Amino acid sequence: MALAPIRRISGRAVHVPGEDIDTDRIIPARYLRSVTFDGLGEHLFRDVRYDADGELHGQHPIDRPEHKGAEILISGSNFGCGSSREHAPQAIWRWGFKAVIAGSFAEIFFGNSTTLGMPCLTASDSDLQRLTDAVSADPSLELDIDLEALRVTAGDLSIPVTLEESARQALLEGRWDPIAELLEGSDATDAVAGSLPYMQATS
Amino acid sequence: MSEQPRNLFQKVWDAHRIRELESGVTQLLIGAHLIHEVTSPQAFGMLRDLGLSVKRPDRTFATVDHIVPTHSLVEPFEDPLADEMIRELRKNCAEYGIEFFDVGSRFQGIVHMVGPEQGITQPGTTIACGDSHTSTHGAFGAIAFGIGTSQVRDILATQTMAIKPLKVRRIEVNGELPPGVYAKDVILHIIKTLGVNGGLGYAYEYAGTTFDGFTMEERMTVCNMSIEGGARAGYVNPDQTTLDYLRGRPYAPSESEWDEATDRWLSFASDPGCHYDDIVVIDAAEIEPTVTWGINPGQAISISEHIPTVEGSKESERENVALALKHMQLTPGAPIAGTKVDVAFMGSCTNGRLSDFIEAARYLKGRKVSPGVKAIAVPGSTLVKEECEKRGIDRVFMDAGFEWRSAGCSMCLAMNPDKLVGDQLCASSSNRNFIGRQGSATGRTVLMSPVMVAAAAVTGHVADARQVFASQEGVAA
Repeated sequence: MALAPIRRISGRAVHVPGEDIDTDRIIPARYLRSVTFDGLGEHLFRDVRYDADGELHGQHPIDRPEHKGAEILISGSNFGCGSSREHAPQAIWRWGFKAVIAGSFAEIFFGNSTTLGMPCLTASDSDLQRLTDAVSADPSLELDIDLEALRVTAGDLSIPVTLEESARQALLEGRWDPIAELLEGSDATDAVAGSLPYMQATS
Repeated sequence: MSEQPRNLFQKVWDAHRIRELESGVTQLLIGAHLIHEVTSPQAFGMLRDLGLSVKRPDRTFATVDHIVPTHSLVEPFEDPLADEMIRELRKNCAEYGIEFFDVGSRFQGIVHMVGPEQGITQPGTTIACGDSHTSTHGAFGAIAFGIGTSQVRDILATQTMAIKPLKVRRIEVNGELPPGVYAKDVILHIIKTLGVNGGLGYAYEYAGTTFDGFTMEERMTVCNMSIEGGARAGYVNPDQTTLDYLRGRPYAPSESEWDEATDRWLSFASDPGCHYDDIVVIDAAEIEPTVTWGINPGQAISISEHIPTVEGSKESERENVALALKHMQLTPGAPIAGTKVDVAFMGSCTNGRLSDFIEAARYLKGRKVSPGVKAIAVPGSTLVKEECEKRGIDRVFMDAGFEWRSAGCSMCLAMNPDKLVGDQLCASSSNRNFIGRQGSATGRTVLMSPVMVAAAAVTGHVADARQVFASQEGVAA
């Protein structure tokens, strides 16, 4: 299963401020009641985008007209903590985001996002601040994420970002979904399982 | 033959490592794959799209927990979406020959209750489940990971997943816990001390004399919340307590295989002198009944402390403290004790076990839930419900004014009809106090031990159980 390598991602960005934004905030559990991931995008950040009467108030950054069509999400540290629900990166992805830049990421969220081909890049607090200042000053600013050089360029601004090396390689080489490689290891899997008494097939 | 001493994580990892993938991550064999209705249907869909099948249905186990309406198990469920989810799981399990502990089975329950109860969770094994509280199973000396749906697909198809090894931090708690202090307080204390992302990149090894003396249920409560401290896995080394718990359970080794199996299990325990990437030592005597005041499990204080102020908080935390105080509608600097409670929730994979209900019932006996407080008790599994009913514990809860429900995740995450309404404040024995977690965008959660939930229920406010139940033996200081 060859996937297209992901080397560069370009697009406008939107800043959703906050630290420790958990996956319940990204998509509350009551919107997971489905047997597919369809339609999850509309429930992204649901609870802070709708008022008490269930009306979309339009003031959340992702709903602001100047950020319509933004493809890069910027947030604070420990982004995606909490529940392992893949619904969270799926909701972000299905809203139209292609990458997330944050102070840091929770581990399960990071892995889930990488498997979707949605890179999660980390920047220092000061660089994040410069980036969000630039985006706030000019929401039409095009960002360019270069996964080879590990830099994000936005107009005159260019900041270094980090991405865990195995994830970076997987994205650059189009192997971010590991299923094909895992399937190739089938014989080796049987051999290891065969060495473990508790993994013997029961009849 | 002199071998390098290894910790349990390394031993289990080495025994289950298949190979390194090109990107440098490890292909790891998963011994037991636990699935449920929320994170598996999409994975089965992907499996079908790729023309793949389930590699080891005999090592895949299913139950239904998140969406179960705990007030009535009559089908079809009132919520058509929930009904569709349970039917989909039934269909998938039937099609692929997967054992399903369905509603109506005595063995249905929260997935992290079912694994241990059935003896599926064993020392020296790897376990994965599309749920972050899978770390619970580490209590048995298993390495257990919460995973996303794509990885559920990977494990269904290959019985393996791609993962990088974790570092290991040994968290040693020594000494006897003071009266009224429970396993829940220990883990809240650990998270408060090390931070909600302090465990990033780590598995936590819980050790020390406090853990040696813990029952399996207490160990499970602590391991359960490892993820709330950012650690993807947490474990306790297997010992006699572990073996005693597992003996005779349906999936445990038979008596003829017992000695061999248990020798092997114990051999997975960390070797003396093995390497740890970090060691933290905590004195059990310092731990007090602990409650959260904020919007993540690290925003916790002891019951005798005051709610933090923005100015008094670290510069880097001020924004989050301000947001938490605003959401929680709390007065900075005021005592947390006395905060009015609208709902009391007893249950979840953290504290929905038999010992939790027994302990809370000791103090609820003869007491009444404060007028205006809605109190619900939700056993974590059908077996726990049965056992409570056999012992008359259900009556104690009901006589006190609790609603006695069927097993499920319930108000821990409110995917079923059990939800907070508006800005209700819930004294909860669950694991997460995230904004919106209990079903209302403005709902508020204060995490605490089951006995503290009982104290909150009877007084109508967050209260020190040691004082509320002072006349009763055990909890009083």
